[in-house]
Amino acid sequence: MKGYRKYFLNKMLWFVVTLVAAFILNFILPRLMPGDPVAAIVSRLAQGMSNSTGVQAIYEQYTELFGTNKPMLEQFFIYMKNVVRGDFGFSFSQYPRPVSEVIKASIWWTIALQFPAIIVGWIIGNSLGALAAYLKGGFDKVLMPVSIFVSNLPAFGMAVILLVIFAVNLKWFPTSGGYGFDLIPNMSWKFLWSVIVHYQLPFWSIVAITIGGQAIGMRSMAIYELNADYVKYSRFMGIKDRKIIGYVFRNAMLPQVTGLALSIGTMVGGALVAEIIFSYPGLGTTLLSGVMGQDYPLISAATLIITAMVLIANFLIEILYGFIDPRIKAAQSD
Amino acid sequence: MKHTIQQIFQSGKFVFGFSIFATILLIVIIYPLVITDAPLAIIGQGTFFPPGIYVNVYDSMDSTPYILNLDDAVAKRIAGKLGDQERLDIKDWLVAAGIPENEIDTSNTEQLLEQWVNNYDPQKKVAGMTFARQRYYQRLDASLDGLLSIEGVTVAQKSLETGLLEEIDAVGQSDYVNISEVTNKRVLLLGTDNFGRDMLTELVSATATSLKIGFVAGIIATLIGLTLGLLGGYIGGTVDDVIMFVTNLFIVIPSFVLLILISYSIGQEQRGPITVAAVIGFTSWVWTAKAVRSQVVSLRNRDHVNLSKLSGHSIVHIIISDILPYIASYVVMALILQISSGILAEAGLSILGLGPKTTDVPTLGLMMNWAMIYQAHILGRWWAYLPVLITIALITFSMNLMNTGLDQVFNPALRD
Repeated sequence: MKGYRKYFLNKMLWFVVTLVAAFILNFILPRLMPGDPVAAIVSRLAQGMSNSTGVQAIYEQYTELFGTNKPMLEQFFIYMKNVVRGDFGFSFSQYPRPVSEVIKASIWWTIALQFPAIIVGWIIGNSLGALAAYLKGGFDKVLMPVSIFVSNLPAFGMAVILLVIFAVNLKWFPTSGGYGFDLIPNMSWKFLWSVIVHYQLPFWSIVAITIGGQAIGMRSMAIYELNADYVKYSRFMGIKDRKIIGYVFRNAMLPQVTGLALSIGTMVGGALVAEIIFSYPGLGTTLLSGVMGQDYPLISAATLIITAMVLIANFLIEILYGFIDPRIKAAQSD
Repeated sequence: MKHTIQQIFQSGKFVFGFSIFATILLIVIIYPLVITDAPLAIIGQGTFFPPGIYVNVYDSMDSTPYILNLDDAVAKRIAGKLGDQERLDIKDWLVAAGIPENEIDTSNTEQLLEQWVNNYDPQKKVAGMTFARQRYYQRLDASLDGLLSIEGVTVAQKSLETGLLEEIDAVGQSDYVNISEVTNKRVLLLGTDNFGRDMLTELVSATATSLKIGFVAGIIATLIGLTLGLLGGYIGGTVDDVIMFVTNLFIVIPSFVLLILISYSIGQEQRGPITVAAVIGFTSWVWTAKAVRSQVVSLRNRDHVNLSKLSGHSIVHIIISDILPYIASYVVMALILQISSGILAEAGLSILGLGPKTTDVPTLGLMMNWAMIYQAHILGRWWAYLPVLITIALITFSMNLMNTGLDQVFNPALRD
């Protein structure tokens, strides 16, 4: 355990640094644009409002809220203080709900949908890729072109196709939402069943998108490992095939774990768009309503939360990686 | 160079991908030369006209009628209005209106229609029937009106002097029009979209714009990545440390989030296709930078580079003539991937409502966005979204195939 400490500390430090950088970017990007952000927000908000004192009042309120009349550095600390307290201000489009409440209502839907889907997709994809590399022949010839084609479909494309086939034509599943529109969230069986039914299509569309890319990656990794010298050597030594396969796939898995850590951001991005197609009540749909409603505080908070989620997932995968890759232990004990 | 190209074109995957891509490119270039309509011109009054040939009704009444006596014409006419579903619906209504179920025979058209005419009452409220369903039956009733008659239809015109209707023509049931004699007709291969615009023309124009966005984004991303990778890898030291720090940061911070933040901050008015492309390019260079750097690091201490250094060549000269040729194949492959992911990124942004501003040009993402907003997928208007999806998939698929083909040519270890 002691050998890992340096590795963990290193990863932890890196996690904090990226989080801070993401935080700064989230603060600074909208403010880098020419013009006064508050003026822009207010002009969007006040469209159709003829009362000039009203516009003035809104302007002053938001200037106060964002502190745009203060120097940049001071603004940053105000922003940081508010975020740490979980105060993202009021949502423009869903006034008077505070942004934190809107986010709180949607974040669990996203977490419960995306992370299981990505992990299931990753496992299925890797198993299929490893099988293709090992079995070769017909299985490989069918699986690979299909995987390549599927992984080239945009995430929302897969969502739309599944939606049209299974919800609109076959009517097996509902077309949109996270639960029946006639239900109020509670702990009854009826509600849970409705949630499960609504969960299927978004879940499998994210799984399907994930499978393709992972299968391709795993296949080439496994082929590479199967041709490595240690495999030939083990064969000459007369080690059983099954045991060799075990070694090969363990070695081929390692880069795939790193690959998952690095691509999880892209996957979450795609999955957010897939959520929108199903009007799933998660962060993707919240983000869409923020964009549609010109709701700056909501967008800012949603993107910050998404970044934080991705960074945490990334961190967890790297910690896991530390446990399963023996080379890390070897490197640290030197 | 010639040899390399020959080798590339011997790779089946590359050739297949290349031919798909070249076909798309040719269509995009040639189609606007043949059909010069404005891609965003609104021609249809109404949403989602299905694909087909549209023949002007007014003109077809003017053209000479030909009488064809076809035996199955009447049966077809009835089948067109009264399909299996409609027969079942009628039966449902009749049962609800109190007719015993065994007296209704859905296969006997005359009897069924007679029962319908005698019993249907648009004012009658059937328990549990939605308003939409009531309206459906009213429409059905109107369309069935006179279905079994053998008379033709009289065409009348309002007289300018008296204001009364005067018969000017009669259209018989066996009158036919030769399509080639009707002056006004329009082929809408993919129907129209939600605004009534010709889908095919719009799709071709959108493909062109999306390809442009992909190219600009890909070139920007590759240039930034290449420059940073070369600088970091070749110069090393603090420059390398700083570049690697920034690169590693942007690898874990999801570029999707940066895209959203920047696109939103730019604002709807300033977001032209090229601006969107530039934003995508500026947020997707990290992978190229990282890969180029690691290759340059391994090249830096090769003998031919050292020799060049000893000969007193400048850094620029060494990079261009001693390092670039070795990573050129990789850079080309990275560029291809960047282009296809740029097209996907634009589509994702547009679905979120952060795509290029909507009034100038269509893009594949915007078309998808419109189709989704107007619920084409729920309403079963497949022509509004399926061609768009297929186009996106074909473009990215062909590019990935080309990339795999190139990879196999340049990395012999990957050949099957």
